[in-house]
Amino acid sequence: MADNIPGDLKYTREHEWARVQGTSVVVGVTQHAQESLGDVVYVELPKVGATVTEGKQFGVIESTKAVSELYSPLTGKVVKVNDGLSDNPSTVNTDPYGAGWIVEIEPSDPKQVDGLLDAAAYTALLQNS
Amino acid sequence: MARQTPLNEAHRKLGARMVDFAGWDMPVQYSSVIGEHEAVRTGVGLFDVSHMGEVEFSGPGALDTVNALISNDLARIADGQAVYAGLLDERGTFVDDVVAYRFSPERILICVNSSNREKDVAWMKTHAKGVAPVDRSDDYAQIAVQGPKATGLVQRLTKTDLSKIGTYRFAEGEVAGVKCLISRTGYTGEDGFELYSAAGDAVALWDALLTEGQQDGVKPCGLGARDSLRTEMKYALYGNDIDDQHTALEAGLGWIVKLDKAAFIGKEALVAQKAAGVKRKLVGFELTGSGIPRHGYAILKDGAPVGEVTSGTMGPTVKKAIGIGYVPTELSAEGSTFDVDIRGRAVPAVVVKTPFHKKP
Repeated sequence: MADNIPGDLKYTREHEWARVQGTSVVVGVTQHAQESLGDVVYVELPKVGATVTEGKQFGVIESTKAVSELYSPLTGKVVKVNDGLSDNPSTVNTDPYGAGWIVEIEPSDPKQVDGLLDAAAYTALLQNS
Repeated sequence: MARQTPLNEAHRKLGARMVDFAGWDMPVQYSSVIGEHEAVRTGVGLFDVSHMGEVEFSGPGALDTVNALISNDLARIADGQAVYAGLLDERGTFVDDVVAYRFSPERILICVNSSNREKDVAWMKTHAKGVAPVDRSDDYAQIAVQGPKATGLVQRLTKTDLSKIGTYRFAEGEVAGVKCLISRTGYTGEDGFELYSAAGDAVALWDALLTEGQQDGVKPCGLGARDSLRTEMKYALYGNDIDDQHTALEAGLGWIVKLDKAAFIGKEALVAQKAAGVKRKLVGFELTGSGIPRHGYAILKDGAPVGEVTSGTMGPTVKKAIGIGYVPTELSAEGSTFDVDIRGRAVPAVVVKTPFHKKP
């Protein structure tokens, strides 16, 4: 099936996406990730104000069968979390790049975003995996 | 190379996501686990369970031979009936859990778990006194048709009067022109049938059920939905909830152990355990905090580990995080509370009455 990979986002090798929004960065999981997970039934979110570190776990996403770790694309501070996921975790499946966003991070160094994969590189990653 | 059922290609054509399950290449889901789960609760779903094993005991003395191996009692049921039973070892713990079909006192068929097939056959060969077991697993395919619309669907494809086949009863007949053992059994908590056919007839039967079931909205269902459905019913899964470390009484399966029948393997241990008192029990619980309990998580009381989660899921029908696990008997009553260690967080839980899912 065709993977939906928006051109205006950045990506990690662990299938998270990052969208720059003013001084902060919104993070979620990709279409490919939600399809591989299957029905998402629980998302364990960090607390607002928590510090997250690039490449380190910041939360957990659970589908009917599997428990998967969420890795932060950036180092910084959590400024918002998607509380709506506690009642409707399946939003991650139905709208992974929109209402299914997971956290918003204020990066300690905004240039970190440049180090993430662009859409072309992420597409290549999926094709070679 | 993983083993394949006769329906392997049919699953791939339907776009199933395949996984390795106990050495078998099996569909875990076709569309979505939750969607398939709901189809079985409200309509009808098809499961390929051809990986299950079948062992036949045939000849004079078959009933007595099998009765000495299993915990339930084939002498109490009529021909055409089946029983759920334990194959227990001397300690009263499980070699496997099985369904035994009584065709006649001289012909008994036992359905065993795929993961235990070789072990069971070897164990039965060692312990059977009288008739020798024959492994017929490769001859049979098995399709489970489950859900409130299952009877209507199967009835349209067979001349056998299904209203005459009660729960845990079976008949031999034809479904869609395929010779079948039509068994009113299942692992979902819904009404339905398990159809045993010759391996070579499985594709024809599967296709006929899918085609005829279109008007019912039939869905092919994978192992994911099978697991969430059975968990909502607190049906035991071998390797999770029951194993060779916990006795049938600890597992709450005293009802499949007939201590008043003639000798069977495990009886003495269970009589002794019953007299001494059962010290731990398998309970169903709901989380009252946030998270999902999973197999292997520790159960804590006042911060100390006292038991273990054996199965857990977010129940798609009950819409709660539910779990099954062993706890000390003093924590087993409905309303008892403890915590589940979810990745270092102690999440509160309460023992509830099971099955979790009650039919409306």
